[in-house]
Amino acid sequence: MTKFILRRLLSFIPVFFIIVTMLFFLIRIAPGGPFQGGERAVPPEVLEKLRETYNLNAPLYRQYVDYLVDLAQGDLGPSMYQPSRTVTEWVQLRFPVSLELGFYALLVAMTLGFLAGITAALRPNTITDYVPMSFAMVGICIPNFVLGPVLVLIFALKLGWLPVAGWADPLDKVLPSLTLGTAYAAYVARLARGGMFEVLAQDFIRTARAKGLSETRVILRHALRGGVQPVIAFLGPAAAGLLTGSFVVEQIFQVPGLGKQFVDAAFNRDYTMLMGAVLVYAVLILCFNLVVDVIQAWLDPRVRYG
Amino acid sequence: MGETKEPAHVVEHGTSLWKDAWRRLRRNHLAVFGMAMLTLMILLVIVGPWLSPYSYETQDRALGAAAPSASHWFGTDTLGRDLFTRILYGGRISLMVGFAATAVSLTIGVLYGAVAGFARGRADAVMMRVVDILYTMPFTVIVIILTVYMGKSIVLLFMAIGAVEWLTMARIVRGQVVSLREKEFIEAAEVMGLSRRRIILRHLIPNALGPIIVYTTLTIPAVMLLEAFVSFLGMGVQAPMSSWGVLIHDGANTMEEYPWMLIFPSIALSLTLFSLNFLGDGLRDALDPRMAKE
Amino acid sequence: MPLLKVDDLRTYFHTREGVVRAVDGVSFQVEPGETLGIVGESGSGKSVTNLTLMGLVPMPPGRVESGTARFNGVDLLRCSRAEHRAIRGKRISMIFQDPMTALNPYMRVGRQIVEPLLIHERCSGKEARERAVRALETVGIQDAPRRLLDYPHQFSGGMRQRVMIAMALITRPQLLIADEPTTALDVTVQAQILELIKQIQSEMGMAVILVTHDLGVIAEVCDRVLVMYAGRIVEAATTRKLFQRPGHPYTRALMASLPAARKKGEALYSIKGMPPDLTQPINGCPFAPRCEVAVPRCQSAAIALREFREGHETACIREQEGELP
Repeated sequence: MTKFILRRLLSFIPVFFIIVTMLFFLIRIAPGGPFQGGERAVPPEVLEKLRETYNLNAPLYRQYVDYLVDLAQGDLGPSMYQPSRTVTEWVQLRFPVSLELGFYALLVAMTLGFLAGITAALRPNTITDYVPMSFAMVGICIPNFVLGPVLVLIFALKLGWLPVAGWADPLDKVLPSLTLGTAYAAYVARLARGGMFEVLAQDFIRTARAKGLSETRVILRHALRGGVQPVIAFLGPAAAGLLTGSFVVEQIFQVPGLGKQFVDAAFNRDYTMLMGAVLVYAVLILCFNLVVDVIQAWLDPRVRYG
Repeated sequence: MGETKEPAHVVEHGTSLWKDAWRRLRRNHLAVFGMAMLTLMILLVIVGPWLSPYSYETQDRALGAAAPSASHWFGTDTLGRDLFTRILYGGRISLMVGFAATAVSLTIGVLYGAVAGFARGRADAVMMRVVDILYTMPFTVIVIILTVYMGKSIVLLFMAIGAVEWLTMARIVRGQVVSLREKEFIEAAEVMGLSRRRIILRHLIPNALGPIIVYTTLTIPAVMLLEAFVSFLGMGVQAPMSSWGVLIHDGANTMEEYPWMLIFPSIALSLTLFSLNFLGDGLRDALDPRMAKE
Repeated sequence: MPLLKVDDLRTYFHTREGVVRAVDGVSFQVEPGETLGIVGESGSGKSVTNLTLMGLVPMPPGRVESGTARFNGVDLLRCSRAEHRAIRGKRISMIFQDPMTALNPYMRVGRQIVEPLLIHERCSGKEARERAVRALETVGIQDAPRRLLDYPHQFSGGMRQRVMIAMALITRPQLLIADEPTTALDVTVQAQILELIKQIQSEMGMAVILVTHDLGVIAEVCDRVLVMYAGRIVEAATTRKLFQRPGHPYTRALMASLPAARKKGEALYSIKGMPPDLTQPINGCPFAPRCEVAVPRCQSAAIALREFREGHETACIREQEGELP
């Protein structure tokens, strides 16, 4: 198992390198640049000085090599738009907030999704199947940037139960987490239903019933392990989706996370901040995929020993 | 000679497969609903703006944001523009981006997948490894970067979206090609000396059509969602043009005073996504029962 | 007193295409310690009969329309779910056709084997494990203590069926239902598994219902035989009498289609036509349309299983009336 994890971690290095390279050139080659935003007219000599400071006048390949050298030392460079902190400091400040939001959203997704999906799978094509699955379809088709404002409209503005925005006390965190988690709850529900449905049709479930096990025990001990596999496999893409969802959700609810930071950086062409945020995302997604692989191997002995 | 009859047999099998699929699809109420809804939406979006007495950009500042009424069915926005007309126009853009970006991803994905599957061996392995690596990229992030830097052109927007959405299509097509090309009729075609290009166009692609259609139908809503998402963040379609994403963004900003500005565009987008997903699910069940299990 | 007495059992499936009469009025009994064979083609209702007794028919679409099945004084068709669960896996055990899929691939075999003990006898973990080791040894698995920790995919097909048997017998049931236990196995392994079932049965004195489509298997291990066709029993006899003189044209056709019944080089016999559509009501004898000796009367007369000689019942009216040679 350790060998498996190490091998996967090693394979991250070339992938990460490719991502860094692609992004670096994608961002730099595009027309326009920082310090040229419409609102802040910068005198040419100041601009020249700024470009010098941020190493933008060197040839592109030189900038690239310098960036890689810094990156290898864990230095993501200075922020070009918000110079009060370095990019690394910004990430350290903002990323935990996004992680917290993502964690709650995942919790919402897993709890609601599993409950709905398993309930539906137990009695297919009955009311307890149709109702949760209809909700799941609604959840998938309503984008988070629609759901968020609608939830605010109802629970914050009309009913006044929850705050409109912010990220200070626990109540603040309810609507953002729900907004971000709902769509994934819907996917999890569909996948869990499909997975359980398939497992429950297998011969070994009949064997378990023939042994006189109670239905609860059949489901918990025998079916669940195989039934959750599709959901586990979905966790990788879900993590990526939660990240992008956080852009919108953090925007709507004014959450001071990395997603908002990223969107602002994109608007302001803050090259270093943009790179920094995307690299954090890329590493996060790679790690998540690794975790998924490990869980899958742990759940299925055939993979583990195969 | 017996071998060369194989393609004819496959085609025959094919037509009955299509008929069968059509019959199954019609039995699926949700898919039929989706199809009807979609047709209606497309007709409205194309014809509607001509019939509407308002233009999408004519402002009526005296009127301001008016609640829905007999003259303005969905109300007006803060500049006094008729919301119904704007939703129809926005729908044009949203649907256009949806279809065009899907077409881009379809073209890239099908060509890439077919070539990889057909090439086999080393080339295939390398090509699919590239897809694997691209899969680990944060797509939406790249679309955002692309749209920010490529300027305000819609054409570029859907090119950008299409360019990142082709990966799954490439995988599906390659899988189909690999399994199909093992079958005898491809060998028969090779024995008969057909050129590779001809084999791909005449034999492989028609046979891989089922899964391609299904996945295409499911890509359209995904792509529309991505466009709306980018536009919502203020990076996609720019004023005075609008798409459903833009309208929802505007509505969210003013929802406390003018909730209809949020609600109607949201319904339009969600309903369309619903219809496309229902249709896609229905097609999947109808065309490929094996795939539906997954 | 019979161990199990089934009367007029009917299990129907209510599907979109209509009502499938999978089991349509089946009566039989099993004596303690005897081996009863049930033979028939796929779709004849032999498996559904047993699954109904075990309460394993998915409902819906399945439904038990009528009948009783008394086991030790309890009607299996009417008892509560909890009562049924207490019998199933404890007093009646079942093994299935395909050992490759019948074991849970995600669970070590040891845990699967001890499960019946844990729930039915509330054994301690230690005692359960010891009994599991003994059970594996009984079914001829070497190195049992270590193999308990293995997963099913680490066993071969024949070995898995042995594991299934060990698991089914660990509670010392009074009745073992074996649903085509050898069909999915290699021919050489088949013989070993049958031998094992026979041997364990004589040691433990339990009754066995052996479902198969293979008359050869019946001849080898069964005391009595039921022949099923289209959801009904068309013939019931002791094994010796059945092979001595099959009483129903369907049974005769089955025997004629055994490869051993033909001389080398001769074409194999096969029954013409198709089994009837079970969604349509059947008048008279269900086999009549395919029967070589059918007369018009066969299509209309009510058929019932009737003894035409000592220990031998048939549902063929011509045989009952002594018209057949």
